Amino acid sequence: MKQTWKLKIWRGIIIATVGLYLLVPLIAMLDFSTKPFVLGMNSRTLESWKVIPAQPDLALAIGRSLITALIVMLLILFLIVPTAIWVHLKLPSLRRPFELLCLLPLAIPAIVLVVGVSPLYRWISINLTESPITLSGVYSMLILPYTYRSLSAALDAVDIHTLAEAATTLGATVSRVIFGIIMPTIRTGIINGSFIAIALVLGEYTISNILNYKTFQVVIAQIGRSNGNVAVAVSLASLLFVLFLLLLIPNKKRQGAILDVDIA
Amino acid sequence: MELKKILISPIARGAFANSLEISARTAIVGAILGALFAWALVSGKPGSFFYRFSVALSSVLAQFGGVMLTFAFLATFGFNGLVSTFAIKIAPDSFLAQSDWLYGMTGLSLLYTFFQIPLMVLVFLPTLENLKPQWREASDALGGRVYEYWFRVGIPILTPSFAGATLLLFVNSFSAYATADTLINMADFLTPLEISSALSSEVGGANPAEAKALSLFMIIVVTLAMTFYALLRRRVSKWEQRR
Repeated sequence: MKQTWKLKIWRGIIIATVGLYLLVPLIAMLDFSTKPFVLGMNSRTLESWKVIPAQPDLALAIGRSLITALIVMLLILFLIVPTAIWVHLKLPSLRRPFELLCLLPLAIPAIVLVVGVSPLYRWISINLTESPITLSGVYSMLILPYTYRSLSAALDAVDIHTLAEAATTLGATVSRVIFGIIMPTIRTGIINGSFIAIALVLGEYTISNILNYKTFQVVIAQIGRSNGNVAVAVSLASLLFVLFLLLLIPNKKRQGAILDVDIA
Repeated sequence: MELKKILISPIARGAFANSLEISARTAIVGAILGALFAWALVSGKPGSFFYRFSVALSSVLAQFGGVMLTFAFLATFGFNGLVSTFAIKIAPDSFLAQSDWLYGMTGLSLLYTFFQIPLMVLVFLPTLENLKPQWREASDALGGRVYEYWFRVGIPILTPSFAGATLLLFVNSFSAYATADTLINMADFLTPLEISSALSSEVGGANPAEAKALSLFMIIVVTLAMTFYALLRRRVSKWEQRR
């Protein structure tokens, strides 16, 4: 394909405009978070970054969100992955309905989802526990579209039927086939799915805010009400952290896209 | 009946109209800018660090952003923000130097584009990557110029995908809640905010019935959009090489 200089100029203009449009807010955050902390100070300061560890609730919220993410990952590993394998392997007629079911949370707005689950969570917080970790239940539903896409792509890439048959003839049990044979071969897909799960759980706000659970995002919003500089610093730190996480994802094509949109 | 009450309530209608307006606006702006950026990415080197970085950044902004984007927005355009400070120095009369637009429709629309453009980049990249180079070669071989290729081949082929992606963006901003909630304090501004206040009202008593009725309206809009989307996808898959 030949590239004319005109094309190159257009490309440069577009990249510069849209790229700047997306980068300027990040730069502005860096600028804002190093602004003088108290009135009268003139020099740049890292004060807003230094007080991050001292923020009430923040460490606790991060810890809780990470535990929640861990539980969600375990649910993926022991519930969603085996189910996806089972459906691919033994129930090809259910593939389409299963896929649609997994994609539903993408279409249903989170706010509508809350309306549905709020009576359940009210009951849970009254009768069982008030811990935000219970949110892992609704979160594992929320992340289904994303994990399913990466799992399904991984399962399509290997010939799991032959693998399963070979293993069964050699005397492997069903659980051995799923956990010992197939799961290791789709490792990349599972790792991708888990990264996505962490990012989504750490970034979730709608559900936890309405159900009154103090998760990471809810605490950031809360900090923002009292101290803008610190909230900006925390926000920038977490955005960069997740960006770094996504750049680490081992995937050659379309690296780091949480959403591999190819629905319907 | 709750549904009827909402249908005739001017507040609910206003919020619904606001929601539809902001979704339509940001979907169109986001789709155009995002598609252009996606094209710029595809026409560059696919494996380069710039490409990977852009995709990862888009992913973060589109799906992790939420609350944090509000702070990014305020750090940019809000009081003492980077752009507003700059604007006060350069052009004190421009609207960037003022702050009254921040917490209204204009501000929220601008904020929404921070996640709509990246989402479009993510959605549209696969489509552009699936454009067959043979079509371009055929057009070139037959003496077609660059613009002729785009107007006669490229754009007609991409139109259904583009429309589908725009619908996706529409649904995305229609159901967005986090950014709006952290930026705007008025419960009646958008339908999601109204639902949330009906669900957990701090002032009056909560009204779950109202929340459910409003959710139904949201579901209707989303279902309509997704139906169109599915129809468009069917057209697309006629030519697009499926993985």
